[in-house]
Amino acid sequence: MKRLPALLRILAFVCLLAFLISPTSFAPLLSMAAQGNGPVIYERQSLWVLALQHLGIVFAATIVASAIAVAMAIFVTRRSGTELLPLARSVVNIGQTFPPVAVLALAVPATGFGVVPTFLALFLYAMLPIFENTLTGLSTLPRDVQEAAKGVGMTGTQRLFSVELPLCLPLILAGIRVAVVISLSTATIGSTVAAPTLGEVIIAGLQSNNFAYVLQGAVVVAMMAVLIHDALYALERRLSAIRSA
Amino acid sequence: MANPATSPRGIAALHVDKLGLLVALLTGWGLGGASFATFRANRIVQGSAVEFWNALPSSLALAAMLGIVAAAAAGALGRSHLLRLASGLAGLIVVLLLIGTAAGYLTSEGDKLARVSPAAGFWLLVIAFALLIIDALSRLSVKPLVRLVILAAFYLVFGLGLAAGLWDDLSLLKEYSTRAASFWAEGRNHLVLAMGSMAAAILAGIPIGLVCYALPATRSAILNILNTIQTIPSMAMFTLLIAPLGWIATNIPGASELGIRGIGTAPAFVALFLYSLLPVVANTVAGLAGVPHNVRDAARGTGMTAWQRLARVDFPLALPTILTGIRIVLVQNIGLVTIAALIGGGGYGVFVFQGLGQMATDLVLLGALPTVLLAVSAAVVLDAVIEAASSPGAQGKAE
Repeated sequence: MKRLPALLRILAFVCLLAFLISPTSFAPLLSMAAQGNGPVIYERQSLWVLALQHLGIVFAATIVASAIAVAMAIFVTRRSGTELLPLARSVVNIGQTFPPVAVLALAVPATGFGVVPTFLALFLYAMLPIFENTLTGLSTLPRDVQEAAKGVGMTGTQRLFSVELPLCLPLILAGIRVAVVISLSTATIGSTVAAPTLGEVIIAGLQSNNFAYVLQGAVVVAMMAVLIHDALYALERRLSAIRSA
Repeated sequence: MANPATSPRGIAALHVDKLGLLVALLTGWGLGGASFATFRANRIVQGSAVEFWNALPSSLALAAMLGIVAAAAAGALGRSHLLRLASGLAGLIVVLLLIGTAAGYLTSEGDKLARVSPAAGFWLLVIAFALLIIDALSRLSVKPLVRLVILAAFYLVFGLGLAAGLWDDLSLLKEYSTRAASFWAEGRNHLVLAMGSMAAAILAGIPIGLVCYALPATRSAILNILNTIQTIPSMAMFTLLIAPLGWIATNIPGASELGIRGIGTAPAFVALFLYSLLPVVANTVAGLAGVPHNVRDAARGTGMTAWQRLARVDFPLALPTILTGIRIVLVQNIGLVTIAALIGGGGYGVFVFQGLGQMATDLVLLGALPTVLLAVSAAVVLDAVIEAASSPGAQGKAE
């Protein structure tokens, strides 16, 4: 019973790769969903390229957001930054009530159409969970650990890098996982502002009433999201296990 | 975390903290570096940037600039939170009044085609004063119920301003006036979809949560499935449901009479319902698991039956946690309904996607701003409800 989910994941991953490498061999399966004799496989752009571009935007935004969010969380928990802590907390709380689509739509007037507003929206939104989790981690460290680190004569920087941040790592990763899931979803919608992502396939299907397009775009996006989420979650648990061992 | 000691440098009264510096920077940039408004001769041509000085009659511009600088300085230098709150509010009101005035000033009499929209400078000033307000409110640790009152006051003032026509010359309001009827109709659709699917998820999710709690064997399977559903990107979920619901509409007698179609509200409703289940179920389980053992033992000792214990002890004690889940659902749904517009489900997303299609920024704003306002309002209202439910008075009976 315990092996079943792992087996399903491997199967899903293999199917996903097979479909991206050779979509035409799945054409008979998809032709049931197509309307009449319409095209079955999206051909304006290779699905493989779209998937890579989709992942590219998401990972670029997540990496930049992680670096800045973690740095900001470190700053507001040091002596020199504590006066900004209440503000940062409230801004993040309010920011998370903003819908990701609205952030995307509001980024367009500021930056025009294409990859830029999508990247900006993903980046801004990804910072919120990562910042929140890092802050939680840094402000709930066990007191005795900190005292011990001070006791052995570590400087503030040493404590930060060899004690505090490593202890927060599982929480930071959990924030990154949430951010990646939201980003994958928002990047899909990014195709409505002309970003080259897999959402393009879904939109093309909706516009031409071709459900085969909708199906391939949506299933690829959904499988990617579920697999990436699971992989990050597994990594997180592995790290916590090492920690508690 | 304690506040750092007062700065050793400078005079205490003129101490500028980091927020003050940020506000000063944003105000300076907003007034001097960025344009205040965008003017377009008609709806579709490229706009031209208008500086603060040129957006207003020069005497008013001077007075307004002094006013804004004074408010920002009071906020930046002020040490009392109330002073910061007051200067933030004053600055925000001035900036909001100015953009309306600028729109009227830049549009010549009788010109029905000209469009004036707020530009970067306006938004920077809004952000600067909003930061002052947010900081003051968080430091004054304003209770959720008080925040609810503040929200109501905001709606009252904002509504009066709209009724008085303060912003009628802004492009946003012109977009609104040409589609006022559909604005309210889509608003209603938006709320009905968000709250209807939430209600369905509460009705289904609490029993599922009870099952998960009572039968631990089912817990991880159910929560894993719901977790996976949450991971699926919204556009994929909404569009994948078109085919199954279309099939139901054509093959199950009576379904299409109930309004079930492959596109439209039905797939949107189902998608929102599926997304809403996880927070409700997970928080029901967490809430029930958090009921203290001794309370449960005491209830058992008084001879209550299992159902009585559930209804009078476990459920009331779990309620604040369940409500927290409901808050997550409502805020999340209000945002997600926007996507429903892509599959003909209506809601404010209609304006967002129409606006994106026509490259009409103000139409995008007409959809996005109410969505943000609704989501923030829902959070404030439900925070107040949660506070009321978890106050000692509400739980006194059970404890």
